[in-house]
Amino acid sequence: MLRPSNEGELAEAVASASGPLSVRGGGTRGMAGDGDALSVAGLSGITLYEPGALTLVARSGTPVTEIEAALAAENQMLAFEPMDHRPLLGTKGEPTIGGVVAANVSGPRRVQAGAARDVLLGVRFVDGRGTVVKNGGRVMKNVTGYDLARLMCGARGTLGVLTEVSLKVLPRPETQATVVLGGLEIADAASAMAAALASPFSVSGAAWTGGDVFLRIEGMAASVAYREGRVAGLFPKVEARILRGEKSAALWRGIRDAEALAGAPGDVWRISAKASEAPRLVKGLPGGAKVLVDWGGGLIWALVSEGTDLRRTLGAFDGHATLVRGEGHGPRMHPEAAPLAALAKRLRAEFDPRGILNPGVMG
Amino acid sequence: MQMPLPDAGVLSRKARIVARLSSVLSKDAVIHDEAETRAYECDGLTAYRCPPLAVVLPSSTEEVAAVLRICHDEGVPVVPRGSGTSLAGGALPTADSVVIGVARMNEVIETDYENRTIRVQTGRTNLSVTGAVEADGFFYAPDPSSQLACAIAGNIGMNSGGAHCLKYGVTTNNLLGVTLVLMDGTVIEIGGAHMDAGGYDWLAVICGSEGQLGIVTEAVLRLVPKPEGVRPVLIGYRSDEVAGACVSDIIRAGVLPVAIEFMDRPCIRATEDYCKAGYPDCEALLIVEVEGSPEEIDAQLAVIRRIAERHDPVEFREAKDADEAARIWLGRKSAFGAMGQMGDYMCLDGTIPVSELPFVLKRIGELSKEFGLDVANVFHAGDGNMHPLILFDANKPGDLETCEELGAEILKLCVEVGGCLTGEHGVGVEKRDLMDVQFAPADLEAQMRVKDVFDPAWLLNPAKVFPLLVSASRRERLGLAA
Ligand SMILES: Cc1cc2nc3c(=O)[nH]c(=O)nc-3n(C[C@H](O)[C@H](O)[C@H](O)COP(=O)(O)OP(=O)(O)OC[C@H]3O[C@@H](n4cnc5c(N)ncnc54)[C@H](O)[C@@H]3O)c2cc1C
Repeated sequence: MLRPSNEGELAEAVASASGPLSVRGGGTRGMAGDGDALSVAGLSGITLYEPGALTLVARSGTPVTEIEAALAAENQMLAFEPMDHRPLLGTKGEPTIGGVVAANVSGPRRVQAGAARDVLLGVRFVDGRGTVVKNGGRVMKNVTGYDLARLMCGARGTLGVLTEVSLKVLPRPETQATVVLGGLEIADAASAMAAALASPFSVSGAAWTGGDVFLRIEGMAASVAYREGRVAGLFPKVEARILRGEKSAALWRGIRDAEALAGAPGDVWRISAKASEAPRLVKGLPGGAKVLVDWGGGLIWALVSEGTDLRRTLGAFDGHATLVRGEGHGPRMHPEAAPLAALAKRLRAEFDPRGILNPGVMG
Repeated sequence: MQMPLPDAGVLSRKARIVARLSSVLSKDAVIHDEAETRAYECDGLTAYRCPPLAVVLPSSTEEVAAVLRICHDEGVPVVPRGSGTSLAGGALPTADSVVIGVARMNEVIETDYENRTIRVQTGRTNLSVTGAVEADGFFYAPDPSSQLACAIAGNIGMNSGGAHCLKYGVTTNNLLGVTLVLMDGTVIEIGGAHMDAGGYDWLAVICGSEGQLGIVTEAVLRLVPKPEGVRPVLIGYRSDEVAGACVSDIIRAGVLPVAIEFMDRPCIRATEDYCKAGYPDCEALLIVEVEGSPEEIDAQLAVIRRIAERHDPVEFREAKDADEAARIWLGRKSAFGAMGQMGDYMCLDGTIPVSELPFVLKRIGELSKEFGLDVANVFHAGDGNMHPLILFDANKPGDLETCEELGAEILKLCVEVGGCLTGEHGVGVEKRDLMDVQFAPADLEAQMRVKDVFDPAWLLNPAKVFPLLVSASRRERLGLAA
């Protein structure tokens, strides 16, 4: 395994590589391609943290736990709540911030605070030629040149190996509560989530676990108390329970990590779709599928029996389905429409002309 | 500022090109008369002007594609245009270019409250997107001060921001999908109402690409529910430093206002003379706006007041009703108009780390003396996006050049302290030749590779964003091909 300890060594490793490289941070997300392992774990450490400017810059191999601890000490957080894939995939290792950004990993607060890509302010990376490139910076507003930082976010290392990322962080809310609406089937659940997210009460999580709808509210204590009442009041016909503080926090950690689907055998799919399509898509899943719906309906996690080709079962829909766990049929990522696939191929050829960075991972 | 020499071959084929364009568009949608093309000779950066070869005003995606196929075929450079309010010269034509204006494409195609999205044609103005949904309790969040005039097309082109993006983000954070027409006429659908990209994040590179990758004809935008209420406060301070420290403390305290705006003394004076907003007589003034329920607003403002008072303000004024709120915003909203009254001005747009605010303001003051031109500052302090306004006299020989030199010095200063050349206005032609202050050759090369992917012949808005020398070999390739 190649394990450079700084950006220069990493650039050298890529430049002199003679075959495919399997680029990894902590290796916990099961997304790297085949090839010689290239680990960025040696590029570690927070290089700048300015709480008063809501910005943090870290080398890509920095463990997420280290970043979360530094933020917690200043009462701040990564608002996009990156999921931990380890429970679901049964992987070991230490998730890194580079992996989070490379895979654009975002949790339940996506609906309100945006995804990893939304708070990404800048990157440094090494392209497939071994050239070091920087894009964006450490300031919150920046339209100087093309936004390659966000292009790298979600590119899963196929356009370049991230060496440093710069993120906007947010204040940690004082407290939280969850309004639980009991016993709703998916159609009613989807309408309830849509109504809550369309309300002015800043709902920061909306999920359905196959019976109950969970609606999260965060902020100053007085404000949370007020809004939990208002949100529950939107559904006079449904009996609502309230979970507060750590009970609520633990629930959302579980939703974030799709824990309900962990531990059992089968393939795991992640479907990103138009929220209003959730009822149709959930009903279209094979019998016996285990389902978790997040993002108000926009994100569907499905555990199905091994080898199920969910893309075929579901037919055409506005969005995409990724095979997160299992071997299944065809590529992990949903094939893109022909003109986009053609652009993608040309883009890879420009950034990685030898096709050595996580080959095949993005099609 | 230099522009490449127009392609003599294209100029000589004007009649044929116009005839071909006229064959795919209605008669009133092709403008080629020299006097009439003058209406399109510049954008909001009026110091630079050049009438184009022709202007077309298509009314559908298909027409845009047909025009692009012709221009591609003829090797004619294309300048996409929304409302032409760019302050960076992003929509400045060249003499051999066809301007494609999307202003006639201004329909709402679909409002979808269940998914909180709206699909519009991109010629629609920013404010009228909110106008279409506000009665139903929603709004479109990015709010450039030019929102009455500017189009979603240009907002996407420049990745525009506004006063309220501290909380809601800029255009890129509110764009879910586009219909994009490539230079060769290929129409591509990207994204939609779902929340993340299925492959590469194409929307990210298209947003802010200044019309260099394709023409965006439709957009799916995120709608946000209107908050229960909003309330601004005005805080006056004896020095820029103290006001800067207050901003940082507010952010650190865990309240996240929707806006924190900053005005310095020259700007306060100018707006007072102009619109009599009743601002206090002080060195620096902050407008902080929070939103939520009445109780929430009270709670947030209590925290802000506590922090503000620690810094010994000259005044802390809380709006008690809508009328007082409007008065607090009046001066800020009139700032550009007020400066315009005083003479010609150039508006810069660098961003700096918030912590560098006091130092940068002090340095700008020194540079202003050195160059002998007044500078007023009004900007989005929460995110460090500055708008120094340099006053000059366009009729005085040499004044524009001095102003440009001073502007360049200020932008270099922004980069030096860890910031960037432009926070929301874009590079255009204005900051094009400063790009190598912020970027190494390899950084620019990587960006130009993306343009190679989308527009291999470099026909779309070719002389913008990248220093002419840096893009020369690619642009000349185009000349050879044509
Ligand atoms: C008084 C004033 C205040 C302003 N305040 C702000 C502010 O607060 N925040 C802010 O961010 N900006 C501000 N601006 C700048 C300007 O309004 C924005 O950049 C705006 O988004 C430009 O929109 P437009 O439709 O006028 O675009 P144009 O000026 O027509 O074009 C802008 C860029 O987008 C490209 N483009 C246009 N249409 C398309 C298309 N269909 N497809 C692809 N590319 C296209 C153009 O080629 C050009 O590069 C202000 C300008 C003025 C004059």
